[in-house]
Amino acid sequence: MTTLAEAPPKSTLSPSASNGDTQLLEVSMGPQHPSTHGVFRMDVSLDGETVVKLKPIFGYLHRNHEKIAENETYLGSMPYTDRLDYFCSITNNWAYALSVETLAGIVVPERAEYLRVITAELTRLQNHTCLAGFLMQDMGASGTPLMYAFREREKILDLFESLTGARMMCNYMRFGGCRVDLPAGWLEQAKTVVAAFPKFLDEFEALLNGNEILMARTQGVGVLSKELAINAGVTGPMLRASGVNYDLRKVDKYGIYDRFQFRIPLGDHGDVYDRYMIRVLEMRESVKILEQAMRDLPEGLIQDPKTKVRNFKPKPGEAYGRIESPKGELGFYLVSDGTPRPYRFRVRPPSLINLTILEDMCLGRNVADVVIILGSVDIVMGEVDR
Amino acid sequence: MDEGLKSELSKQGVVATNLQELYNWGRRNSIWPLNFGLACCAIEMIASTMARYDMARFGAEVFRPSPRQADLMIVAGTITKKMAPQVVRLYNQMPEPKYVISMGACAISGGPFKQGYNVLKGIDRYIPVDIYIPGCPPRPEALIDALMALQRKIDAQQLTGDSRPRHLNADEPSEFTVPKFGAHDLEPPQNPVVWHAPLVQIALAEDDDSGTA
Repeated sequence: MTTLAEAPPKSTLSPSASNGDTQLLEVSMGPQHPSTHGVFRMDVSLDGETVVKLKPIFGYLHRNHEKIAENETYLGSMPYTDRLDYFCSITNNWAYALSVETLAGIVVPERAEYLRVITAELTRLQNHTCLAGFLMQDMGASGTPLMYAFREREKILDLFESLTGARMMCNYMRFGGCRVDLPAGWLEQAKTVVAAFPKFLDEFEALLNGNEILMARTQGVGVLSKELAINAGVTGPMLRASGVNYDLRKVDKYGIYDRFQFRIPLGDHGDVYDRYMIRVLEMRESVKILEQAMRDLPEGLIQDPKTKVRNFKPKPGEAYGRIESPKGELGFYLVSDGTPRPYRFRVRPPSLINLTILEDMCLGRNVADVVIILGSVDIVMGEVDR
Repeated sequence: MDEGLKSELSKQGVVATNLQELYNWGRRNSIWPLNFGLACCAIEMIASTMARYDMARFGAEVFRPSPRQADLMIVAGTITKKMAPQVVRLYNQMPEPKYVISMGACAISGGPFKQGYNVLKGIDRYIPVDIYIPGCPPRPEALIDALMALQRKIDAQQLTGDSRPRHLNADEPSEFTVPKFGAHDLEPPQNPVVWHAPLVQIALAEDDDSGTA
């Protein structure tokens, strides 16, 4: 892979000498901006076109998620987790359910574990397609890639709707299992959707991967080094695009992920192109997991019968449950004091932590690059601000 | 003009209309929304412009990034107190005639996050809202239904008389006060020109003592 765009020399990274000809221009991008993926604001200092300073400003969507959860029963917080990362409600449910199950020592039945894997990997598929579509939208490919991505997303949302009753806010997991079992014919429909998915990916990749404009705009842009990625706590596809082999599905083997054959795609350069490619390759791996999980899905209970639904009071203690959400490591830290409400409820949002290195990736680039670098981070403001 | 005659003429290829109908017909079929998403509902708003739901059928697919070019603001999501001044400012920047759709539970009343200290309990405290869509989030069909309701509303507007729309009435305000951060809350907490607290009247029957000690 050749790098088309060269990184600018270091001298451009410092503000120009004040010889009267140049001065820094401060631009406020957001909170209403078509490419900030929600209500996010960046204060960008520009020397000509070059970014010399970038200050992210959050909090425009701070909805008191954690504080509300501390005044809510354990189960009552489950619908709120849907609205954290509103693209991937099911993986949010899973992370929260996992931490409560760790806290209370609940065992999940076999069939429920499979259902969780199936729904979570479907969530990953629709999140990654949309991310790729939005990234192309930010780059100026207005319409087509995003339309194709949403066409596929709608098929997956149809599955979610027939399973859980909601397109986006699924509220599907329960402590010790799942809320409902598969309706009749769901599995066949899901198999058809999953079987057709690689064809869509072929089409998507044929359109985009070798596209001259895409390569010129993304290769060598927003490079994130392995060291910085690890030091900043970056997780998920962002980290793997920088070449670090770290995927909680392999590291933690939570749920039943040790039963499936799949590989972890890794990037080489850590640039925007790699981050795009990682997502496409991960979708192919997710399809593999889905095929295996739907083939092996056993019969049985979907809910641990010993778990109390009403008046659920875990013993005093603390627990941290984490999963590999489509954005990265999503964790919930819970402290219980033996009452029906958690004493402390803390979310580790992958989007927020992946966003902390935004300035490092953007320095020395143009404003137009800032937009696509932000697009490649894959943020959802519901999760960043909570 | 007689409706029957009008439809008979239209079959002959003759269109009979008046200025008001023509004007409203043009406005209702080219509502350009502001490209402005706040939270979860924004995703459904995007989904409704995509291939399956295709808002372009109603002339409303041209999402403008600038409020100066937009006719319709879809308030799609939770408005926090940090964001509320910006929303009002964006509304003020839009040219008349302008309309507002309040999409989802959060934009109507604060929704599930209503108890939060940082959440505005409905955008109708600061700007006038034309259509409310309940749901968390509303489905794309609901947004399309709201758009059709807005089209009917535009269609029914009279160009003259007391009920004429705001943009033809110089006395009606078109910009509203942008709230500021005060010591404890946004100031003013609501705009009295726009918002009136809902009146709750509880009347007990003569022999009903259930509410009293």
